[in-house]
Amino acid sequence: MNLSLLVLVPLITAVAVLFCSGLNRVRWVSLAGVTAQLALALGLLLLYWRERGSGNGAPMLFEYRYAWFPALNIWYHVGVDGISVAMILLTAFVMMAAVLVSWKVEAMGKEFFVLLLFLSAGAYGFFLSLDLFTLFFFLEISVIPKFLLIGIWGSGRKEYSAMKLALMLMAGSALVFVGLLGVYYNTDATGGVSGVGGPHTFDWQAISQMHLSIAVQRAFFPFLFVGFGIFTALFPFHTWVPDGHSAAPTAASMFLAGISMKLGGYGCLRVAVFLMPDAAREYSPIIIVLATIAIVYGAFATMMQKDLKYINAYSSISHCGFILLGIGMLTQTAMVGAVMQMISHGLMTALFFAAIGMIYDRTHTRLVDRLGGLLKVMPFISTVFVIAGLCSLGLPGLSGFVAEITVFMGSWQRTEGMYRLATILACASIVVTAVYILRATGQTIMGPVKDPHYNVLTDAAWNERLAGILLVAGIVAIGVAPYWLNDLLTPGVSSIMHHVGKVTMTK
Amino acid sequence: MSQVPLTHILFVSTALFFIGMYGLFTRRNMITMLMSVELILNSVNINFVAFNRYLYPGKLDGVFFSLFIVAIAAAEAAVAIAIIINLYRNFHSIDVEAADEMKF
Amino acid sequence: MPNSACIILIPLLPLAGFVVLGLFGRRYFSRFAGVLGTGVVLVSAVLAIWVAWQYFGTCLADGYCRQTVPVRFTWLRVSPGLSIDMSIIFDPISVMMIFVVTFISLMVHIYSLGYMKGEERYATYYAFLNLFTFSMLGLVLAGNIFETYIFWELVGCSSFLLIGYYYDRPTAVAAAKKAFIVTRFADLGFLIGILILSFYAGSLDIRTLIQRLVQPGSQLGSITTASFLGISMLSWGLGLVFVGGAGKSALFPLHIWLPDAMEGPTPVSALIHAATMVVAGVYLVARLYLVYVGFDHFEVLHVVLWVGAISALLAAVIACTQTDIKRVLAYSTMSQIGYMMFALGTFHPVGEATTLGYTAAMFHLFTHAFFKALLFLCAGVIIHRVHSNEMQDMGGLRKALPLTHGCFLIACLAIAGIPPFAGFFSKEDILLAAWDSNKPVYYIGLFTSGLTAFYMFRLYFSVFWGRPARAGGAQFGAGGGHHSEGSGGRHSEGSGGHHGEGFVGRHEEAPFTMKLPLVILALGAVFAGWVPFSRLVTYDGMPQEGHGIGVFAIPPVMVALIGIGIASYLYRVASDRPERAAAAFRGMYQFVYHKFYIDEVYLFITKRVIFNLIGRPAAWIDRNIVDGMMNGLAAVTAWTSTAIKRLQSGKVQDYALYFFMGIAGLAVLFIYIYS
Repeated sequence: MNLSLLVLVPLITAVAVLFCSGLNRVRWVSLAGVTAQLALALGLLLLYWRERGSGNGAPMLFEYRYAWFPALNIWYHVGVDGISVAMILLTAFVMMAAVLVSWKVEAMGKEFFVLLLFLSAGAYGFFLSLDLFTLFFFLEISVIPKFLLIGIWGSGRKEYSAMKLALMLMAGSALVFVGLLGVYYNTDATGGVSGVGGPHTFDWQAISQMHLSIAVQRAFFPFLFVGFGIFTALFPFHTWVPDGHSAAPTAASMFLAGISMKLGGYGCLRVAVFLMPDAAREYSPIIIVLATIAIVYGAFATMMQKDLKYINAYSSISHCGFILLGIGMLTQTAMVGAVMQMISHGLMTALFFAAIGMIYDRTHTRLVDRLGGLLKVMPFISTVFVIAGLCSLGLPGLSGFVAEITVFMGSWQRTEGMYRLATILACASIVVTAVYILRATGQTIMGPVKDPHYNVLTDAAWNERLAGILLVAGIVAIGVAPYWLNDLLTPGVSSIMHHVGKVTMTK
Repeated sequence: MSQVPLTHILFVSTALFFIGMYGLFTRRNMITMLMSVELILNSVNINFVAFNRYLYPGKLDGVFFSLFIVAIAAAEAAVAIAIIINLYRNFHSIDVEAADEMKF
Repeated sequence: MPNSACIILIPLLPLAGFVVLGLFGRRYFSRFAGVLGTGVVLVSAVLAIWVAWQYFGTCLADGYCRQTVPVRFTWLRVSPGLSIDMSIIFDPISVMMIFVVTFISLMVHIYSLGYMKGEERYATYYAFLNLFTFSMLGLVLAGNIFETYIFWELVGCSSFLLIGYYYDRPTAVAAAKKAFIVTRFADLGFLIGILILSFYAGSLDIRTLIQRLVQPGSQLGSITTASFLGISMLSWGLGLVFVGGAGKSALFPLHIWLPDAMEGPTPVSALIHAATMVVAGVYLVARLYLVYVGFDHFEVLHVVLWVGAISALLAAVIACTQTDIKRVLAYSTMSQIGYMMFALGTFHPVGEATTLGYTAAMFHLFTHAFFKALLFLCAGVIIHRVHSNEMQDMGGLRKALPLTHGCFLIACLAIAGIPPFAGFFSKEDILLAAWDSNKPVYYIGLFTSGLTAFYMFRLYFSVFWGRPARAGGAQFGAGGGHHSEGSGGRHSEGSGGHHGEGFVGRHEEAPFTMKLPLVILALGAVFAGWVPFSRLVTYDGMPQEGHGIGVFAIPPVMVALIGIGIASYLYRVASDRPERAAAAFRGMYQFVYHKFYIDEVYLFITKRVIFNLIGRPAAWIDRNIVDGMMNGLAAVTAWTSTAIKRLQSGKVQDYALYFFMGIAGLAVLFIYIYS
């Protein structure tokens, strides 16, 4: 399968949207585009399974390389393993839902959809790239449009939030870039690892074969980890999350929390830990401490929020802490759990934001104490909201449980006292999660109808229903039958772990 | 008859240069500033002529250069006055304080 | 042995019912949801009875009970050694439990056909009931400890959904939240307990886990030598698992959610908060019983024993003062579960496990399911009639509700432990086990037994005897709005159906669908005690010799009769005796009436301490310090650029000056360098 299609389809759709006249046509073309993305992603999953089933044991499948800047050894190099396939599926699901819930965007609708599609192209490219430069290129593509999406279509303090988000993410990618250059200039490609010219290489697989010296790792690991960490709400660089998410329009919030925050987790895992395993082990206690702080403190901070979007944004900080915790634990199980948490949180938080957006569209408020009794007036939306909430607090049968449990089981394998304590605190945070989720649900969804005006509100329209069903289906598919996801992720993670373990032995 | 030493002439030209510089920085009137620029150019002319006479007496390159400069100074004055006129048309003044469109 | 397809259908049928009703119930089955929901549970119950019959038949034929795992499939392979399986374990207690769960669930489903008729969310109600039945069956059949946890959470969720069924009543919502959060907190203990046990045992499969933690070997060695705060990891693991069980079973001090949970519809209270879900904690301890009694670490069993005993006594004391009929029953449930728990906690101090306690606990669980479900369903009929939960709105109902009166009396006699009703046998076994193990606990049990008889008959006499609460008012919903069962739902619906039913009620006490379960359960409450339990359900599968009923049975029965006597004296005829008795112990009465102020303590801890001392500062720090740091960084940058931008004056002269100064500076620098 030609993986570049995944990047090209959103771009072509974006161009097609540009040439459309009339908002209705724009919507349908975008919907066709994201449907094609979803079809491609599902097709990729099937092909991947077939390829693996036929005994293809290569670490990366469907590789394609093209010399981009041969003089500097920069290649357009793509390929997938189980982890990328899972992330691509997540992107396709969230994108489809995001386009569906944006159906009612009236002002500058065309530009809105074009930017959204650009974002998705960046995300796909990021998950596909096997060349660090290409990876960085796509990372940047998926930052800038967010600024416009929030600044133009946002609500509340949108300029401030857009600026904050863009600046913090740009700072993150600047750190990433420094880290990448540091890695690049310490690679040695004269042996002709990747061919054409230049003494250094950006090739991810080639670098993983070299043993970067411990000094280099020590120096550049923090750049890469913190840089990517900012994307995934690493404490204390998480403050863009609440402001950015709450100011963004629904679809952008969904993309931000659902996919954008996962770019960071993926980068931490794929680039930082995989390329510099020694440093990862050295810094692991620090990562654990930061992740645990994010988990516990995010959960408590959520308890005090009054705006539904802030609640979800802060809870995202807490939940993304699980991703970093899983990565920092450096055990295979925890790492699988971290990737599962990325997928699960992506779907769940997108669903949450979609539900909040639908509620806001109707009631024009997101404040918990103004809402109430929504179950009576909009049963579908309320049910979706409750499902997202239950997934967030880790109810078995939904994806959140599987991911969290896998992280816990993996973390518990580390026997040192500090790691144990971190695991227990992380476990305890799910009680706090239950508190804030149930408070929010109890006040908004249940209870008497607060405002008589709510009685005339309508339930979800077809597009909103479809979006909700799509994401719920994803959540349930993982929650009820997690083994397929586990089987998909394990080989990729075990190759990372093998790398971490291999270096342990040689040390 | 003993020659005037080169340094004396250089002192004159340096003095002239700084007088011109001073005028350029302190005057607010465009015409005066233009005159200051002429002073600076002329100080350069003196240098050329003097170095030509003292260091390479057999050659005339320095003199030629000073002729060039005179020609260019004339052209420059023409352009500058054109600018000044335009400025005057826009701001009704040839005071440089008025023209701070490039300010942050 | 019954085939596995049959067994797997028992939990899957209610699941199918839930999915169908949940997705399409509202739209397509709004009328037949009840019949559909009841139908799947009926099939499931028939299968369960058949399976249980076969299983125990084999037991009796073989002379001992096998433990088998008829179904197993890997759900999630956590790591090469550990995997979460969906497996079904078959042993005496799980078979006994599927019988109890499907049977009581069936009764409640049938009863709800009448009780919930005309509710707005009728289909949703049945969907949730089916979900609960599925989860509870999954819980009792789970052969993997993580599978137990999964279903454990699912029953918690279905309980949340059903308590909050009348979602437009703030009290119901608060109760649902409270139940979920308190049990969630306890489940945290369970989860960490699982992590500890599975880490050392290297397996999540219950049979393997028990085997490795009981037989001497490397696993047992490492878990007992590893310790934390001077207590071995095994004790920590078991203790934390017990915390989970105590939370779900509403034992002191995690019992606070159970009385509030009575906000749910009464049939739900009967099913979830009386007969099945709340005994899950007992079941959990029983499931790991071999580990609890294995080796020589009785400290956890000690905790189990005393927590059970204290809960039994405390709840019985509180029950004597409550006035809401369902709350009295809730506290009595808590008390009876305390009984079961301390029965499990009994052991011979010499280190040899007593086998009696285990069987007695399971026996009491079995009999309790019948009479407690019966009590709740009777309470449902009464509430349906008087539209109030308060005892003061009732009285003299024995003529209006003859059948309910009879059934209620049987259930009261059963719970009080009067022979030959079911509760007598099981309670006697428990007290015998306690006598063998720990005398103080025996006396607590005995005293609680008297209290139980007293408060149950207090309830009985004040509802069915005495004077009618308000002349003629009983039939017309005199209870008004407060605490009235389902009033929110019904009133908002505004249909005349219920008022009409109230009039019909003059001639007929309840529809047939509500009466049938009462009769069947009453038969159960009478005869369940005759099951030869000690031959069927034992911790090691080997039958025990049943002990005859001897002199030992006399003290409990005497105590119970005294309790009934006092209740009769105080409440049989309306008088001011109860008030005088309460006034005599005024301070203590108030203290007990307010449930020892345990709720207030919790409220203080959560609302004041956690919210104000952790939540608020965390949110404040985030907004002001962490984010302030980021904003500060931005502010410094902005300030610097403001400072620098003044250089750009827009005046050519200034630029020339800077240029000239630069040149001059460079010149000086060069001269300095080269000279």
